[in-house]
Amino acid sequence: MEPFSTIKAVAIPLMQINVDTDCIIPSREMGKVSKTGLGEGLFAGWRYKGTSGREINSEFILNDAKYKQAQILLSGSNFGCGSSREHAVWAMVEYGFKVIIAPSFGSIFYNNCIGNGLLPIILAEKDVISLADWIVEDPQKNRLTINLEKQTVSGPEVMAYYFELAEQHKNMLQKGYDVIDLTLLRQDEIAAFENQDMKNRLWAKLI
Amino acid sequence: MVHLTLFEKLWNAHVVADLGEGAALLYIDRIFLHERTGSIALKGLVEKKRVIRHPESVFCTIDHIVDTLPGRTDDTLVEGGKAFIQTTRASARAAGITFYDIGDARQGIVHVISPEQAIVLPGLTLVCPDSHTCTQGAFGALAWGVGSTEVEHAMSTNTLRVKKPKTMGVSFNGTLMAGVTAKDMILHLIAAYTAAGASGYAVEFYGDAVADLTMEARMTLCNMAVEFGAFTGIIAPDDKVIDYIKGRPYAPKGENWQRALEYWQNLKSDKKALFDKKITIEASAIKPMITWGTNPGQAIAIDGQVPFPAQIRDDHQRAAAEKALAYMDIAPGTYLTELTIGGAFIGSCTNSRLPDLRKAGKILKGRKVAKGVRAICVPGSSQIKRQAEAEGLDKIFIEAGFEWRESGCSMCFYAGGESFGFEERVVTSTNRNFESRQGPRTRSHLASPETVAVSAIMGRIASLSDLNEEVGNGTL
Repeated sequence: MEPFSTIKAVAIPLMQINVDTDCIIPSREMGKVSKTGLGEGLFAGWRYKGTSGREINSEFILNDAKYKQAQILLSGSNFGCGSSREHAVWAMVEYGFKVIIAPSFGSIFYNNCIGNGLLPIILAEKDVISLADWIVEDPQKNRLTINLEKQTVSGPEVMAYYFELAEQHKNMLQKGYDVIDLTLLRQDEIAAFENQDMKNRLWAKLI
Repeated sequence: MVHLTLFEKLWNAHVVADLGEGAALLYIDRIFLHERTGSIALKGLVEKKRVIRHPESVFCTIDHIVDTLPGRTDDTLVEGGKAFIQTTRASARAAGITFYDIGDARQGIVHVISPEQAIVLPGLTLVCPDSHTCTQGAFGALAWGVGSTEVEHAMSTNTLRVKKPKTMGVSFNGTLMAGVTAKDMILHLIAAYTAAGASGYAVEFYGDAVADLTMEARMTLCNMAVEFGAFTGIIAPDDKVIDYIKGRPYAPKGENWQRALEYWQNLKSDKKALFDKKITIEASAIKPMITWGTNPGQAIAIDGQVPFPAQIRDDHQRAAAEKALAYMDIAPGTYLTELTIGGAFIGSCTNSRLPDLRKAGKILKGRKVAKGVRAICVPGSSQIKRQAEAEGLDKIFIEAGFEWRESGCSMCFYAGGESFGFEERVVTSTNRNFESRQGPRTRSHLASPETVAVSAIMGRIASLSDLNEEVGNGTL
């Protein structure tokens, strides 16, 4: 996982509530037992005309040249609700997104983001809206700067918005840690728990 | 004395280490996989040369993209589906985990077979790379959906790093009206409080109307906690849970059964425990519900009118309603019972269990599906299918004009294989009415299996009372 520090990038406002993971990547786009090859399927139902082809739907915001090379997505509340498919996050990362800003996230999606170096930022709805309003004026000029160390979202003409992030999540994103490796360092604690648990909940054990 | 909620008791019993800021390393007792997302997790472990800490705690089924047509094999109507099935089978065998293959008498939808085998038990933690894992909270277990990477973490360490959600108590007081189901309860709740209403919360369901539900109906209720935005849904275990579990394959035996009973007695929220948020719903006010839009919160009583977006005050909800009505091809103010349908589906981890099939069968007996309606029933597990056939339910469904399938997730979602067709209107007992969820631009209306059965017969969205009026009796 690539460590995350500071980025300055074009942002796309996809201002809808309840953008579900079926919309982020339809199941039909998950053709292989693989975490890659998914970027093309990102938002396929909206990005392309028809239902299976690749003819560009020029009305969808991702296809608007004004937003080319965007790395930040702004959206409405409950972004990434629905299916647990991590493919939604893999597709966003492969497409080039590094940050998503929304008032709230689906909880499984949020954790999937952290595990894949995609920074989910929670800001108040009114702040996301005012950022979006500012961005649409001139998306290539009005780029957002995300500073993970300071936990701020800012732009040349906008004040810095502070966002909350759990220290352990921040740490993982900054260092690019593989969280499984980190937990494997705690094997002694896990074994100690299991020993005690054999006494507390023997009925729960399968051996 | 500290007064704890059921959620807090389950949480506290599984804390391996405190990670600060309300997060913990939680012990995971059981892990379930399926071929759609589990295959990738198993492959990920092999690539990183990691071992499964307790293979006996890991179970895997084939349900998501396997065909449900009779005589099925590894070949699938979903392009590339065979690779998912065969990769899963090979990895599961190599990993030494318990695997329910195609043709195994125990095969079925993960959240249906886990309780059937008593793999889920009160007081356990269980995760699966599937958002509807919350279904199993009906047994008083802490069960929730995770991603593929997180389930790799769980398999490698039998733990997960989890940020503690807040707690919400949802009480359904009083008694449901006849013909109102658990599906209507959860749709009523989500419609009233939105699809993000429980975002950041673990929800406990309780109250007389919850206690009155069968285990199968409780599973329906908890199944859609995730559609309410919740981390998970749980119900405190009672005698119904104990009766359900006793004697099943993975139920504790002998002395361990006694130990378990003793432990489970304490699995309830203390009387003085405080939830971070509480919602109370009068069960008697709930009517049969159906969705009109593209998220499960966009639902109304079946005899009601869809909203006029102009009257919705919240800008985002109004924009979402306008977009949804356009997608669903429904004019504002329409009575849904005016809409003709092309598809009817009974199945999924929400509503595919034996009581669901019995209730639908009672409606379908001696009646025919309307012309122009493709109707499909997919039992939730191979065991349910056999039980239903032993009762003759298959014949009732088939004679009515339903397809009777092998168990699996089937057309709850479209993966490129079967679908109800472009822009087809479907009444479905499933859990998600998202855009194109059941097929290319398919228009899905979520409802109870009873409503699906009646609508299939009437050829339009309809409730039991419509059918009773039609046949001139009120006996159903």
